[in-house]
Amino acid sequence: MDFSVIQQSLPLFANAFMTTLWLSVVGITLAAVIGILCALVRYFEIPVGERIAGAYEELFRNTPLLIQLFFLYYALPTLGITLSAYSCAIVGLALLGGAYMAGAFRGGFGGIPRIQTESARALGLTKVQNARFVVLPQGLTLSIAPFAANAIFLVKETSIFTAIAVPELTNEARDLIGMYYHTDEYLLMLVIGYAIILVPLSIGLTFLERRFRSGAFGN
Amino acid sequence: MAESLLSVRNLTKSYGERTVLNDVSFDVPAGSVQVLLGPSGSGKSTAIRCLNGLETFQSGNIVFGGKPVVQTEKAWQQLRTRIGMVFQSYDLFPNLTVAENIRLAPVKVQKRGREEVDAHADELLTQVGMFDYRDKYPRQLSGGQKQRVAIVRALAMKPDLMLFDEVTASLDPEMVRGVLEILLGLARGNMTMIVVTHEMEFARRVADTVLFLDGGKILEATPGEEFFNRPRSDRARRFLDSMAPLSEQEAPHLTAESA
Amino acid sequence: MELSGIEVLFAGSNFSRLMGGLAVSVRVSALALLIGIPAGVILGALWTLPSRAIDLVLRLYLEFFRIIPTLVLLFLAYYILPRELGFRVDGETVAVFAFALWIAAEMSDIVRGALISVPVVQVEGARALALGRLQQLRYVQLPQSVNLIMPATINLATRVIKTTSLLLLISVLDVVNVGQQIMEANRDRYPDAALWVYSFIFVLYFLACYPLAAAANRLEIRAKERIHG
Repeated sequence: MDFSVIQQSLPLFANAFMTTLWLSVVGITLAAVIGILCALVRYFEIPVGERIAGAYEELFRNTPLLIQLFFLYYALPTLGITLSAYSCAIVGLALLGGAYMAGAFRGGFGGIPRIQTESARALGLTKVQNARFVVLPQGLTLSIAPFAANAIFLVKETSIFTAIAVPELTNEARDLIGMYYHTDEYLLMLVIGYAIILVPLSIGLTFLERRFRSGAFGN
Repeated sequence: MAESLLSVRNLTKSYGERTVLNDVSFDVPAGSVQVLLGPSGSGKSTAIRCLNGLETFQSGNIVFGGKPVVQTEKAWQQLRTRIGMVFQSYDLFPNLTVAENIRLAPVKVQKRGREEVDAHADELLTQVGMFDYRDKYPRQLSGGQKQRVAIVRALAMKPDLMLFDEVTASLDPEMVRGVLEILLGLARGNMTMIVVTHEMEFARRVADTVLFLDGGKILEATPGEEFFNRPRSDRARRFLDSMAPLSEQEAPHLTAESA
Repeated sequence: MELSGIEVLFAGSNFSRLMGGLAVSVRVSALALLIGIPAGVILGALWTLPSRAIDLVLRLYLEFFRIIPTLVLLFLAYYILPRELGFRVDGETVAVFAFALWIAAEMSDIVRGALISVPVVQVEGARALALGRLQQLRYVQLPQSVNLIMPATINLATRVIKTTSLLLLISVLDVVNVGQQIMEANRDRYPDAALWVYSFIFVLYFLACYPLAAAANRLEIRAKERIHG
């Protein structure tokens, strides 16, 4: 293990790390917004919207991000829409992430006892007020653990962006290995880079899972 | 004087600060029935569970069949082929039929032949009136029926000692009697038994010795009839009073006349 | 006249090449699952033993595979494995190996969770009948966990299939890779080939994964009913 190699590449990896971090944050945020909207639409059973949200969720959960990216990056231009690699990355992450988040929040909202919304309606609250004061606070609390799990998943998915040459962590490692062949050192940096983001998130998730007990086996 | 099948000396068990069993000692002569009585939380269940290793104890010793017991899972596993236990929850293995439930341990642990085990099982099932249910699954049985099968399952191992931990406490009243009859039958057949129960009438009929537990201590070890007629300790007397059915003189305010 | 985009798909050997790539995906997924799932079951059962050492090792093993993106995992395997094993391994073998390790890690968690969710009374009943640890697992805990393990396993299998498109990036032929090649070859003549090829691949993957996901969902619902119903 050659430490001078590590030292020299540090600034490059630091930049790539920031790119990964930034893409993650933006992607997760957009995904969360889309997800909450979809979940709300399905919870309130809004006629057309419900169908669309359902189809969207099924479609984008069952296809890999890579394919969606290629579609955005290579196929769209033939229709006249050209996006930069970076934009494709964000759009792809948001669309895929949105579908997963929709599932997560739908589960959380589903855990709210029906009586809550019914009481709200009986009291004369509008749908918007219902959403704001009853559904969202309770639903979001129930969704925290699945949300965190999906967030971790999305951070890892950013590594796929190397396929369309976005300068994130995995891409950086590939480039450097391709040029200088110091596989051990660069792979180590790569793993550490992801670990810095994901280890705290993972610990946080375990803590949340214990606190909110939304485990997979129906506790 | 029958020699003791089981001897318990100075058994002490604590959960952190709380002492659950405090210097418990008693003997179980072969062929006798010991009944553990006491108020809730007195440690009866814990005591009986120490006797087949489901609970561990910090100090004291147990001697079974003349040999001292070592508290390792391996040692206990050997002993459990000779000590059978029936629990309050009549859990049978849901994925196996009645016959398969009974057959499992004798064949897999004691390595007995299947025909012999099945023949023995059929005999036991007939005695408890469950022969027709051999091929049924637990979910098709009622609580009382499951408990009967559970008893047969334990007996199929041909144990020297049987432990019963409140086996009728979770049953609907109409099924309790059937199960208690089985226990009485076993007692008459000279099975060595230790029974934890709340059923006073039954206890009176079946007990050779009553071990009265309160607060983790054995306050009395009195022969059966004598305990119920003339308990030696004050606490025991109050316990018996609290368990007796209410009469009109004692609780006039609970009868129909009251406002 | 000039062929339209959709006809690119069926021209010449393009279709069979796409299918060939799909075959590789399926092969790699199947092999990795075949190795990883049994390994995971064994590890999961082992994990239920009251040993702190085992707990720590398996926990670290699982966390490692959870922290690392699958793509990075493939890279690590691709660059490190040939060196460690001393002989040349082709991309496909590397992928199978890496995926099998990952699958085993996930399965061990699934299996352990299911095993410890079997009610204590069942295990105590087994112990009281003098069944040993292994026998308890085999005759009582595992049979009662199968209903819970199934949907999670199918879910995992679905994820594995979805991930095989990553193989593209370490030069193992795959559906997507072949798609790339087809488009490279046809770029000038069929400008909208990209649209059709990727749509096709999109649909292929969706058709592969959707039924699995739906099946897993139904199994999970039924498993829950059996516990609470």
